[in-house]
Amino acid sequence: MSEIAEKVKAIIIDKLGVEESEVTPEASFTNDLGADSLDTVELIMEFEKEFNVSIPDDQAENIATVGQAVSYLEEHAK
Amino acid sequence: MELKRVVVTGLGALTPLGNTVSEYWNGLINGVSGAAPITRFDASKFKTQFACEVKGYDPENYFDRKEARKMDLFSQFAVVVADQAVADANLTEGSYDPDRVGVIWGSGIGGLRTFQEECVNFANGDGTPRFNPFFIPKMIADISAGHISIKHGFRGPNFVTVSACASATNAIIDSFNYIRLGMADAIVTGGSEAAVTEAGIGGFNALKALSERNDSPQTASRPFDADRDGFVLGEGAGALILEEYEHAKARGAKIYAEVIGGGMSADAYHITAPHPEGLGALNVMKNVLRDANIKPEEVDYINVHGTSTPLGDISEVKAIQSVFGDHAYNLNISSTKSMTGHLLGAAGAIEAIASIMAVRNNIVPPTINHFTDDENIDKRLNFTFNKAQEREVKVALSNTFGFGGHNTSVIFRQYND
Repeated sequence: MSEIAEKVKAIIIDKLGVEESEVTPEASFTNDLGADSLDTVELIMEFEKEFNVSIPDDQAENIATVGQAVSYLEEHAK
Repeated sequence: MELKRVVVTGLGALTPLGNTVSEYWNGLINGVSGAAPITRFDASKFKTQFACEVKGYDPENYFDRKEARKMDLFSQFAVVVADQAVADANLTEGSYDPDRVGVIWGSGIGGLRTFQEECVNFANGDGTPRFNPFFIPKMIADISAGHISIKHGFRGPNFVTVSACASATNAIIDSFNYIRLGMADAIVTGGSEAAVTEAGIGGFNALKALSERNDSPQTASRPFDADRDGFVLGEGAGALILEEYEHAKARGAKIYAEVIGGGMSADAYHITAPHPEGLGALNVMKNVLRDANIKPEEVDYINVHGTSTPLGDISEVKAIQSVFGDHAYNLNISSTKSMTGHLLGAAGAIEAIASIMAVRNNIVPPTINHFTDDENIDKRLNFTFNKAQEREVKVALSNTFGFGGHNTSVIFRQYND
């Protein structure tokens, strides 16, 4: 697993209070990991802070799963 | 329209003296001080370096980590004491109509720590707004009532009263009124506050409202003593279940006491100073006696606002003497803030509990830390100094006043089958 994927996983475990085993690439924040819309906004903000990127709202809407977050950040992280 | 009777059927408390009602009451009747050096932040540069904090509170004993992170401490306190009171009242599912059970809570300030942290984070950044999406719903004072209703599914009237240090008493009075008007069967009421933060201590220090007796925190809150020098900030929460009498009887609930009156008034004088003659305090006690339809002579105990400030204590005493005349000498008066400190918007809740327990146990908790008589205070008054007193307490009156000149008063009466 890439360093980015590890960090993403750690943030999700911390913010959503879920078990590590639940954080699979296919897992959806809202459907599988119990996030509501505010949790999702908070996650995106944490990703922005951790990886020093700015994720525009229209792109944030497309980040709904763990895997989508990892690929977006692998592409955009500085 | 005939007003319904309202009784108290459940209590919950998280206080500087203990984290249950029985620990709190034991602390009160044993004259324990809840004051100690501040642990919630480094107060070494503050004029006041002590407070009455809740001790041994670990959010993980009550909430999962994710849930706790989204709630300011004042909301956590609210949910914890509401849970205690609901359990104490044995309000089990099926024993009530959830559409007829409300939550009317009080908080003077709300999520002060959350507000402080978010603003500090912004100020330390480069100007890019990175406010947490939970910032607003963590901070706003009314969220406490929201959390309690969500946890228990209570779908009746739901809001929070804000009247500084009178907040919880306003919440209790509103609950009393809604129930006696037939608009709810039961209401979870009370208040919570968690303002022992840099902004809280610093703000009250700037007002010169706090005691600065750093060499002796436990004797700093000394209402009615000649050397009182301000209040001691406290934190915590108290919850009461108020219930319509027939509803309580029908489900076989234990009844602590009856609520018989609520009074409100304003000083209309100054933002922080009390009226020098205690005009607002005088009016609020007249109002509550009239609402309860009892004579002044029927009151046995007054749990006073008595915060240990030089001006406030004097004006409240003047008001008591005007309202009660010679009966003032027969009353027991006490300020439990001498032990708990001043819980601001939650003060009215934990002091209502002290009054109810006094009525139930026929014991008046003391005003501790009395060393020197104040020559401006009539020595014939019984402030229950330093030691609890046993006496019959059929009727107890609790006063709570807030910055802005808000005055509230509520009366509890012994309940006999």
